[in-house]
Amino acid sequence: MLTLLFDGIAYGMLLFVLAVGLAVTLGLMNFVNLAHGAFAMAGGYVTVLLMERAGVPFLATLPLAFLVPAVIGAVAERTLYRPMYKRPHLDHVLFSIGLVFMTVAAVDYFVGSQQQIIKLPAFLQGRFDVAGVGIGRYRLFIIVVCLVLTLALQLVLARTRFGSRLRAAVDDPRVAAGLGINVNQVFSITFAVGSGLAGLGGALGAEVLGLDPTFPLKFMIYFLIVVSVGGTTTITGPLLAALLLGIADVAGKYYVPKLGAFVVYTLMVAILFWRPQGLFGRAATK
Amino acid sequence: MSAASSLAAVSRWKPWELGLLAALPVSWFLTGEHSLLANEIAIVALFAVSLDLILGYAGIVSLGHAAFFGTGAYAAALFAKHVMPDPLAGLAVAIGITALLGAASSVLVMRGSDLARLMITLGVAAILYELANKLDFTGGADGLQGVTIGPLLGRFEFDLYGRVAYAYSLVGLIVGLLVARRIVKSPFGWSLQAIRDNRLRAAAIGLNVDARLGVVYTISAAMAGAAGALLAQTSGFASLDGLDFHRSADVMLVVVIGGAGWLWGGVLGAVAFKLMHDILSAWTPQYWTFWLGLFLLVLVMVGRERLFRPWTWMKRS
Repeated sequence: MLTLLFDGIAYGMLLFVLAVGLAVTLGLMNFVNLAHGAFAMAGGYVTVLLMERAGVPFLATLPLAFLVPAVIGAVAERTLYRPMYKRPHLDHVLFSIGLVFMTVAAVDYFVGSQQQIIKLPAFLQGRFDVAGVGIGRYRLFIIVVCLVLTLALQLVLARTRFGSRLRAAVDDPRVAAGLGINVNQVFSITFAVGSGLAGLGGALGAEVLGLDPTFPLKFMIYFLIVVSVGGTTTITGPLLAALLLGIADVAGKYYVPKLGAFVVYTLMVAILFWRPQGLFGRAATK
Repeated sequence: MSAASSLAAVSRWKPWELGLLAALPVSWFLTGEHSLLANEIAIVALFAVSLDLILGYAGIVSLGHAAFFGTGAYAAALFAKHVMPDPLAGLAVAIGITALLGAASSVLVMRGSDLARLMITLGVAAILYELANKLDFTGGADGLQGVTIGPLLGRFEFDLYGRVAYAYSLVGLIVGLLVARRIVKSPFGWSLQAIRDNRLRAAAIGLNVDARLGVVYTISAAMAGAAGALLAQTSGFASLDGLDFHRSADVMLVVVIGGAGWLWGGVLGAVAFKLMHDILSAWTPQYWTFWLGLFLLVLVMVGRERLFRPWTWMKRS
């Protein structure tokens, strides 16, 4: 049972890293970006292609899996997303669905639609037992990396000037702009970092979650669950929501395999009905 | 012009509306070998009109409307398989069941922001998808097979060419359009548009927002269920595809392409979408979604309302 808990925590931390960019984007610019999964997929494919075609070792591909989607995100934000902020939410939904369709088809065309297999380095394979709990090495690695990232994010948010500007802009963009904070610039940087984190999550998760061109469509709902249940005003909200989701999904699929992901969706609908702003968010103003 | 007569003028049937409505039954005589394709278009059109009711008129962005479509399909197929193969009875049962489902889930979409509503509609559709996938009596991933539909009205057998099927779906579409039009051109319909435009203000002038949204959501769900039942009955098959996310996304595209907020957008959008699908897949069968996505991107960036008004393209908005 503790093994399940451990696996669930690993899954949850991975989901958090994948979804944190989306949470901040939504909280900051009120932009429903359903194409967030596309950046995750980009990071995953960067890792896979570098490992397969260029023979780069797994760990060395991870920084690039962060950088490439971050750069793509920065460019996309300036050119494609920025004209969209003032539009109604339906336009955001349609726009990001269009982007998802395009990226899925493009990746299918260039790389092919088969599942990508990652060969992990030897020291990350296998598992060891600690007091009867089976600890997979790779899952431990994921937990450690995601924990470090979470702490780094929390540090940036709480202790740096940029972090306080970001928090101010999330709370009230108009007042923040009125105080002289360049909200657009804050948002560009945040979007890029969020996309980079998604890419890193996609690379880390390629072994656990699988990687194929339909990745954005399959996992979009999980990211959205993390963001809507966790609320968009803090980082700890999505973190706890992701952990809850990860543990619930793993436990649900183990104990009630007949219903599969039913448990997670029901939990989400119930939570959102009880608290539409998410477990940790503030009440919606629109 | 008095207030009463100007209000009456808005709800009167315009010549072009009568023209479009008359074109529908006429099309049955014109589609010879293409009846099966036309049948699909009619079903998607009915589904799109049902989504337009909540999207274009009530302002509820729903990414899970396929939940009702698929439920209607499964309900009709199960009814035909286990109870009675008469199609009209099956249609009535499917409408009843999806109306109940719509009423139940309408409670969920009343609260919360746009994102919460989006997630809840997605979640409901996903829950139903999982249920249909895992439960035994729905046939799981293979879909419900072995469904035989009896003759329509006891006399007209569903033939291979789809003539009877198309006529059946066409009547369903026309009835749906008439019902929807009656709803939106009534004071109730205007109150929905008021709620869509400014919910707080609508509540402030005394409209019971929750009750009205609940009613229109239930009606829309029933109509979507009817479309799903028509699909199951005319194809003799119900599958997970009816509950899938891509079906919700596709019908939303249909409504947007045709134009949300005027009912005929559903019909025109269905025709346009099917045409686009056929042309694009003939050109590139595997990657046609790329061009669809590009079209959507351009559509949104140019502005949804401007697509069908070419004179606005050159003007800066």
